[in-house]
Amino acid sequence: MFDRRLVQNFDWSLLSLAFILGFLGLVTLYSSVTAGTQVPQMEYYKQLVWYFVGLIFLVISFLFNYKIFDRWGHIIYILCISILVGVLIFGEGSKGAMRWLKFGLFSIQPSELVKIAVIIIMARYYSKHANTTGLTLRELINPFLLTIIPFILIVKQPDLGTAILIVLIAGSMTVFIKIERRSFLYLILSGVISIPLVWFFLREYQKARILTFLDPDRDPLGTGYHIIQSKIAIGSGMISGKGFLKGTQNALSFLPEQHTDFIFSVLAEEWGLIGSVIILIVFLILIIKGLNVAYRCREPFGTILSVGITAMIFWQVIINIGMVMGLLPVVGVTLPFISYGGSSLITVMICIGLLINVSMRRFMVE
Amino acid sequence: MIKYLQGADSDWYKRRLTGAVFLVLTAFLVLIARLFYLQVIEGNELRRLSENNCIRLQNIDPSRGLIFDRNGKLLVDNRPSFDLNIILKDAKPVEHTIEILSQYIDVPATEFMSKINRHKGISSYTPILLKQDIGRDALAAIEVHKYNLPGIVVSVKPRRHYIYRQSAAHLIGYLGEISSDELKSGKYSGYRAGDYIGKFGVEKTYEGLLRGKRGGRQVEVNAAGQVVRVLRTVEAFPGHNIYLSIDYLLQKKAEELLEGLAGAIIVMEPATGHILAMASSPAFDQNAFVNGMSHEQWDSLVSNPFRPMENKAVNAEYPPASVYKIVTAIACLEEGIIDANTSFYCPGYYKCGNRVFRCWKKRGHDKVNVVKALAESCDVFFYQVGQKLGVDRLAWYARACGLGSATGIDLDHEAKGLIPTAAWKRARTGIGWQLGETLSVAIGQGYNLVTPLQMMTLISGIANGGIRYKPLIFKKIETAEGKLINENNSKVTGRLAVSQRTLEIVRKGLWEAVNKRKGTAWIAHVDDVDISGKTGTAQLVSRTGSNDNTSIDKVNKLNQLKPHAWFVAYAPSEDPQIAVGVIVEHGEHGSSAAAPLARELITTYLSIGGELTLTSNNSDKDKKG
Repeated sequence: MFDRRLVQNFDWSLLSLAFILGFLGLVTLYSSVTAGTQVPQMEYYKQLVWYFVGLIFLVISFLFNYKIFDRWGHIIYILCISILVGVLIFGEGSKGAMRWLKFGLFSIQPSELVKIAVIIIMARYYSKHANTTGLTLRELINPFLLTIIPFILIVKQPDLGTAILIVLIAGSMTVFIKIERRSFLYLILSGVISIPLVWFFLREYQKARILTFLDPDRDPLGTGYHIIQSKIAIGSGMISGKGFLKGTQNALSFLPEQHTDFIFSVLAEEWGLIGSVIILIVFLILIIKGLNVAYRCREPFGTILSVGITAMIFWQVIINIGMVMGLLPVVGVTLPFISYGGSSLITVMICIGLLINVSMRRFMVE
Repeated sequence: MIKYLQGADSDWYKRRLTGAVFLVLTAFLVLIARLFYLQVIEGNELRRLSENNCIRLQNIDPSRGLIFDRNGKLLVDNRPSFDLNIILKDAKPVEHTIEILSQYIDVPATEFMSKINRHKGISSYTPILLKQDIGRDALAAIEVHKYNLPGIVVSVKPRRHYIYRQSAAHLIGYLGEISSDELKSGKYSGYRAGDYIGKFGVEKTYEGLLRGKRGGRQVEVNAAGQVVRVLRTVEAFPGHNIYLSIDYLLQKKAEELLEGLAGAIIVMEPATGHILAMASSPAFDQNAFVNGMSHEQWDSLVSNPFRPMENKAVNAEYPPASVYKIVTAIACLEEGIIDANTSFYCPGYYKCGNRVFRCWKKRGHDKVNVVKALAESCDVFFYQVGQKLGVDRLAWYARACGLGSATGIDLDHEAKGLIPTAAWKRARTGIGWQLGETLSVAIGQGYNLVTPLQMMTLISGIANGGIRYKPLIFKKIETAEGKLINENNSKVTGRLAVSQRTLEIVRKGLWEAVNKRKGTAWIAHVDDVDISGKTGTAQLVSRTGSNDNTSIDKVNKLNQLKPHAWFVAYAPSEDPQIAVGVIVEHGEHGSSAAAPLARELITTYLSIGGELTLTSNNSDKDKKG
């Protein structure tokens, strides 16, 4: 039974944002992988393919009523966790990390998809337990377990960036739902006490690694150097940028992983402050639109789901751009739509699809 | 309770969403502020730094650990080497710079250009190596004309220097440039193309300890690529220093004795397993590997029929010959086939079925017991006890003596040797074991193969009361500051299957071999000290077929199939402090070719004086510990 209101309520602006960001991503990627050579590299065409695959996933994600995710959320979650375990056992290593499942030419990174699974299962739980006085410690036990399991499995891969993201997403959803005041104080207090305790038990090299993580300057030949090069690239763009394909830092392979985590530096060098601010504003509009979907939705699961998805996009943008500008520690977090990588792109496309889904079915409550 | 979140008119979550919007706006404002700071306020400065890629990383190579002998005599160190590099992006124009450069250095410009062309496609900021190890004169010339040579960079690298040419070459080993396979293998994390790694010997085994930790510099350079400012420095950590177990004077003596011969000498402390000398001849010059050698040099090394690249003490297998009679004697005494007084008559041959097996002494040994059989190396005696023992029981004892398996020394490619059994032969050839083969095996011929090092653990075991130690090649390892991190304590790997009574009998036989006029090793006899030992003469006829190495065949032809000469010994007989093993390829007789070398080494060891008291003190200490 097809409802005409579905079409009337379709959120074209969200779809357009996905197109705009996808286009900007492809342009930047073209520049970053063409650097130093005359022809674009394999990665560009691969990403083009991923982009169309992503669009298909986007459409699938809004075709069916999102309520089915409420019903099947726990199954999706268990499935994703099993895949994570499978990756640890059978995964394809890259630079010593086990995070890929290979399908012929393409490989996917299941930890990306786990982000969606966690958002769904948290929304499912909170939509049944939310109340105005806030969540008590007892009610927080389940969300804690649901977060910590994928966290540990992903840290093991090791993919610290995605693991931290999962905690941030789950944490943002929890804070949005509100924690009861006394429980909140307990949590803060136990955190304050446990950090020095944990620090005391860490070995010297582990402490050194954490300190380097927080302060890349301690590693002037590795991360510290990357950050300097990234800052030079961004700063040298100045107001109007050096122009498309004119970035020099990029062309000389001075930037590490320039087409994945450090792609924003390429963009900022070539398009300057003007281009950078424009892309930030597009992201800002996307995030506000996401919160607006949550605002207009009239039932808890849809609201919390939208908040979770928006939190994911928000944190990825802030962490990635904050990192390349030297504001935040360097972790492997991709910039949605812009960074190279199929799994990351498909995940964010599914997320946009889900937002459209919640938005177009807002009239269906009661 | 859920209703709070349901109605569109519930303000509660709307208020929270409004709060979220403010948080998001704040975060984005911070990002934009940072962009403004980098691109507008710092923009000019960062643009300048980006122009020539001014901030670069430079390597600081760690100084590799030094290698000493047991008394602290320096054997291997590092010397500074000046390498000439070019950074293409800075050397504008490249051809002109190269033209000038070749005026100062005696190398044609075309040779430099061909090196540069080989590196097409790499980042133009990566230094390309033009010439390694330029001399100090060339260095001075370049330093003086530095300003005419933009993009030319001289880097100082510590380079390995083997102080005593060819000395302990096989034990110490050498360095070589890391290969792409080794880089990919994952065993060498933290290494880069162009790094030098240990490829052989101690240099390879203890690579991880010797290497140290790489450091680096963040520098700012000017348009000509010259360093203007050092921004940050991470110091390199030097590698650990290794004190080998060898005594350089003894090692040198062993090498002198092998001069002009093909073979190996090992000297060991029976009470600890420490190796005091390990020589393999002919040797090679390790320094030739440091700068990379030409194809011709390499080919002549590997095609040399005397196999200079092989550590004959550890990697080569030989028939044990009469030395193996020690094992046969232990086996038949322990199995109760004979006792100390059982005698056989040796007429110079032994008939087994319709075959005649000869004793090496045509006239025969007359009446022989086990002590005399060992001393005079009577074949007939061992034919008879061997026949009674059978091949499999003999093999069991040989294995208990450590033969047929690696000793576990910390060196690559240790050969295992071969101790045949009936089952082994059937599996390999499909033919059952023949009785005649047992007789050959009992005197150490036939399929038996051993390494000189295995024979050392056997004779050391006889000397120290039956204990097999892991052969140790270093005495201690210290950090560059002199902090002790590893004192190589003895490790027992097994025991000879031998009672004290049997051991006494065998030791008597070995004593008589040297100290009785009729003993096969009488030539090794000296007045100052009692030596005990056993000779061996390895017939090569039986060896063909079991080893079909073409270079060996060539040597065989050269030497008209002369047998290999063995001698293993320890001294002093009553309280053994050192054990010596000698093999001379195609030396003919153990008594004439090998035993005198061992005698020389033992007297040298006794005469070294200061070193002797030092080493003997050590072994006393070890015994007490």
